[in-house]
Amino acid sequence: MMETENSISINEKQTDSKQVILEIKDLYKSFGDNTVLNGFNMTLHKGENLVVMGKSGSGKSVMIKCLVGLMQADSGYISVMGKEIKTLDRETLDILRSDIGFLFQGSALYDSMTVRENLEFPMRRHKEKLGNVTDTKPLVLEALESVGLAHTMDLMPEELSGGMKRRIALARTLILRPKIILYDEPTSGLDPITSKEIIELMRNIQKKYDTSSLIITHDMDCARVISERMILLVDGINYAEGTYEELVKSNDPKVEAFFKK
Amino acid sequence: MANVLKAPKRLLRFLTEIGELAYFAGRFFKEAVKPPFEFKELLRQCYQMGNRSLILVLVTGFIIGLVIDLQSRPTMIQFGAVSMMPNMVGISIVRELGPVITALVCAGRIASGIGAELGSMRVTEQIDAMEVSGTNPFKYLVVTRIIATTLMLPLLVILGDAIALYGSALVEYYKGGVSFQLYFSTVFKALSYGDLVPATIKSFFFGFAIGLVGCFKGYYSKKGTAGVGVAANTAVVFASMLLFVIDFVAVFISDIFYDL
Repeated sequence: MMETENSISINEKQTDSKQVILEIKDLYKSFGDNTVLNGFNMTLHKGENLVVMGKSGSGKSVMIKCLVGLMQADSGYISVMGKEIKTLDRETLDILRSDIGFLFQGSALYDSMTVRENLEFPMRRHKEKLGNVTDTKPLVLEALESVGLAHTMDLMPEELSGGMKRRIALARTLILRPKIILYDEPTSGLDPITSKEIIELMRNIQKKYDTSSLIITHDMDCARVISERMILLVDGINYAEGTYEELVKSNDPKVEAFFKK
Repeated sequence: MANVLKAPKRLLRFLTEIGELAYFAGRFFKEAVKPPFEFKELLRQCYQMGNRSLILVLVTGFIIGLVIDLQSRPTMIQFGAVSMMPNMVGISIVRELGPVITALVCAGRIASGIGAELGSMRVTEQIDAMEVSGTNPFKYLVVTRIIATTLMLPLLVILGDAIALYGSALVEYYKGGVSFQLYFSTVFKALSYGDLVPATIKSFFFGFAIGLVGCFKGYYSKKGTAGVGVAANTAVVFASMLLFVIDFVAVFISDIFYDL
């Protein structure tokens, strides 16, 4: 089934009946002469794990940054939980952002703060959402326990390993009880064992907190284990879409290139 | 020839940067008056900047006081004006040398520190992480640092001036037998509001310039880890240059008001 002129959909599941929590239509973004996104389309449904795969430099991270307003798209429509991002003022955008967790590729922990301060930082502007709590320690502890690192509360980021930093960053995204979690290369730079632990953690978190996840990755193992649906981002468009099993069987050369060992 | 051809491009880039810096300063004033205010972070930055630069300012100030006195003394003896030493040293330190040298030391210490810190936060996506957590990173990182440097530099200048005068007094005590009491009473008699007020006001501007340039270079740092080094380096160069421009303007304006 052809979705657009250049993209192919191999998805046979009926996902349209589910509530759309995030939507991108005709997204364009260029840097000088280099067009990164060339009319990208995507929808994320409530409770879904959607993986977007693409080669390095294919625009995955740019797309995810446009989603949270960290970058301005040249044109296109981005809606998160029914709100169009580019029409929001700063205050409304900040409130919306409290419902979106973002796990950065390099963890992005604040290196001048302890683990506890890192987790408390997002709460500063969103105390109302958490019931105006005065003692933040139980919340921090709960988030740290959910990633299995409750004992690191008073450590500095420099004292943590790469895997631990990624877990702490994940705990930080959970602190505001987000409805959507965006993962930017969650397993990049990690050894295979730690990668598996992170993937397992992502699955557990989704079950426990009932979140929807958009995962940007080029790690095929991660995509296979975690995805319910996948989008292949090629030449700035959603070139192919479907479940892992459906895409593996595709005969399209560009799709096959992703799954070749 | 190639350098000549590149000159207009460089000039254009320089002017663009001046424009961006002015826009950045405008954003600072807009954000600084809008709540919520980051008082805790402001106090932390004030403490860090004052504390980090204090020893350096004191050592530099002391040496400058000693050296000026030692270098000027033979000439003053030749003119039979050695008794004017406290007046001359006092006025030159309070009016010009104290603020400028303290500001230059702080430009090296603070502007480079801010440039490197914010630059590193930018390339490691920590600033983006703040943004997506719903906290305004400009307010938290930039506004607090610029206010901290603006407030702390005048205090450092006062301490730097005091220790420089002490250094000079020490030379006068050992070389000329002038007591500390006589030295300082002569200095205070020689100083007028026309010396103190403009020097104090320009110290605030120096502090503002150091914070502004350091934050500007760091906040918009690019090109990965190499960009962090560039941000730190250019922050010092740009801030130092700006200090001399401010100094020139300040002296020019003081001349109108106080007829120096």
